[in-house]
Amino acid sequence: MAADGFLVESATYLAAAVASVPIAKRLGLGSVLGYLVAGLVVGPSVLGLVNADPEMMHVAEFGVVMMLFLVGLELQPSRLWQMRGAVFGLGGLQLGVTAVAVAAVALLFGQGFGPSVAIGLILAMSSTAIVLQALAEKGLLKSPPGEATFAVLLFQDIAIIPILAVMPLLGGAGASEAAHADPTLIDRLPGWAAALTVLAAVALIVVAGRLALRPVLDFMATTRLREIFTATALLLVASTALLMQSVGLSPALGAFLAGVVLADSEYRHEIETDIEPFKGLLLGLFFISVGASINVSLVLAEPVLLAALVAGIVALKALVLYPIARAAKLARSDAALMAIALSQIGEFAFVLLSFAGQNRILDGGTGSLLTAAVALSMLTTPVLFILFERLTAGRADRPDDRAPDTIEERNRVIIAGFGRVGQIVGRILIGRGIKVTVLEHDAEQLEALRRFGFKLYYGDARRHDLLHAAGADEASILVVATDDKDTTAAIIEMARRNFPHLKIIARAFDRPHAYELEALGADSVVRETFAGSIEMGTETLKALGLPGFESERIGRIFRRHDTETMRILREIRGKVDRDAYGLAFRERREMLANVLQRDFQTLHEVEDAGWDAESLREEVRGAR
Amino acid sequence: MARRILILFAHPAIRRSRFNRVLIETARMVEGVTVHDLYETYPDFAVDPDREQALLLEHDVIVAQHPLFWYSAPALLKEWLDLVLEHGWAYGREGHRLDGKLWMQAVTAGGSERAYSPDGLNHWSIDELLRPFEATANLCRMVWQPPFVLHGAHLADAQEIDRAARAYQARLTTLRDGTPVRAVTP
Repeated sequence: MAADGFLVESATYLAAAVASVPIAKRLGLGSVLGYLVAGLVVGPSVLGLVNADPEMMHVAEFGVVMMLFLVGLELQPSRLWQMRGAVFGLGGLQLGVTAVAVAAVALLFGQGFGPSVAIGLILAMSSTAIVLQALAEKGLLKSPPGEATFAVLLFQDIAIIPILAVMPLLGGAGASEAAHADPTLIDRLPGWAAALTVLAAVALIVVAGRLALRPVLDFMATTRLREIFTATALLLVASTALLMQSVGLSPALGAFLAGVVLADSEYRHEIETDIEPFKGLLLGLFFISVGASINVSLVLAEPVLLAALVAGIVALKALVLYPIARAAKLARSDAALMAIALSQIGEFAFVLLSFAGQNRILDGGTGSLLTAAVALSMLTTPVLFILFERLTAGRADRPDDRAPDTIEERNRVIIAGFGRVGQIVGRILIGRGIKVTVLEHDAEQLEALRRFGFKLYYGDARRHDLLHAAGADEASILVVATDDKDTTAAIIEMARRNFPHLKIIARAFDRPHAYELEALGADSVVRETFAGSIEMGTETLKALGLPGFESERIGRIFRRHDTETMRILREIRGKVDRDAYGLAFRERREMLANVLQRDFQTLHEVEDAGWDAESLREEVRGAR
Repeated sequence: MARRILILFAHPAIRRSRFNRVLIETARMVEGVTVHDLYETYPDFAVDPDREQALLLEHDVIVAQHPLFWYSAPALLKEWLDLVLEHGWAYGREGHRLDGKLWMQAVTAGGSERAYSPDGLNHWSIDELLRPFEATANLCRMVWQPPFVLHGAHLADAQEIDRAARAYQARLTTLRDGTPVRAVTP
């Protein structure tokens, strides 16, 4: 009954996540801590509902791979090239200095030279999963400390390859055979050939991503089968990871590379939207597994030692990072944030620790103690973030602490629907140099626009994840210019619920639709034919021989008057009974009559007496 | 050589006008005169500075014709001055594009000439009330011409209006062909 076992496992994991994460979020603790605690509770040490299965951990690690893929998707190759200084400078310093410092401490505590270096390298790693997830939740990924942090994580991922190569040399004699317990393709090749294979694999990803993938995705998109597109995206990530693993590179690094290659593609947002939920779930699973792997009995047996160990490592890592971040010209609070962000030990330490165990670099006792310390250190980061936020909240940063371009980034406008209406809105905004992101379901319309500085997202704007991928968290305004009444209503309802900070400007079909959209939470509603109709009225007045300014002024007065009519009818509408038929009937008959009555009164009374001297003339005549 | 004349005409309610409608129709008949109806051209007040500046460069005499509203010009003429007479173009160290052009104000006032005297209802004369425009012309190094003023618009009869139209025609012809009234005051 393997299937039953699988179902029980799945249900347990999902239930743990569903129960703990919303609570953690509500308490302001972030989802990572929620998952970790959930894992701890259902794990073997407390409830024993799941065992910390290495298999499960392995599946869950795929979540990390997907996350790196998504990060890569967000990073254009040119941007990555710009970051090379930060990656090698910041990352190299962090890894080098931390490893040396930790190794020195390990030496002091009586470890041998080899094991000390191994421990230093292992503990210098930070958790990509925890850090990126936490930074993304806080919207800090694209801030200066967020980018610097990411640069360090990227370097650590690259460094895994040489570290794995060096590790066997750190052990005593007889270690080298054990190192090959898990042979990869290149292990059987001589050094130069291995290097060539690695280069060839990277080249394959870049070339295939550039040339072959595009027609494939084009074809998949035309099938209009959403799940096949999703499957293609997943296959893409899985095969890249597999390829990388087979040549001995980090799968996450390979996925990241594939992501970067696809960052220029027009399907990038589709892929992003498809992978995102899988990433989220698998990452959650990963955190739960970490939580479940915490050996509570060991913690209870050696509470003081472990606490000292975790506190010492976290403090040491943060202390090493802070001056490095300051040297990278980060403001004080940003540097502190970065130091905290990277202060835990990463998930890759689990892999390296078991690898080190296999190579007999570390003895069993040290190994399990360090494994517990790694898991516990992951628990500290969300807590430290909360403390950091409490401390810095209310303490305004000095002006130079804020990077000015992040403000511009937040001035973004998202336009959903790029037909006749959306295009004019977009042209006005782009003409003024305002950043515009366009959501359209018709891919063919889009490509030509990209050249003019529009950021394009292809897909269904009713989907909350597409809006999310389009940067709704950072945008300030959403213009809903879709032409279908129900689509417009659905987008507004979804956006209001998920992105309460967005100011929504909506296109309405007619007056009743406008009321509906207002009720759904649109901040400003524009009836699509209103301005054009007024213009036709004004043109007609001009054709009748009225001076241009007078015609225009009547049009403008009508506009104001009709806005007022909208308001009055809205109140009446609120009072009449909610019977749909009755309402529609009233609107057609009574309200139109009301409207016409008010129109007659208002426009007939436009006298502009300020420009009329008749009464003054009377007075002068009388005085004479 | 005959000077080319540009009339900047500003009246928001031409259908209610008594003097100005006749005056502007008269001006249209004078050769060498371009009538530029601001309220008809910019009913939305979105004055186009480039177009206006090009128009100014094509003419030697600028006449601002308008009724006197609250001792000044209708709002659109003020908007026109604000947007068109740019620093570095019309005035300032680099702004010499209008140097030496003639500027004249053609205004109609409702009250009598007596009303615009020290003892009258409005206390100041039209010449004095037009000082802001004179200062504007000076700053742009244009040559200020004595304004063409019609009093008593409220009560003018057909005969008076007809006389005024002929006077305006004569004044425009002089501006076109005659000697300018005053030299630049440094």
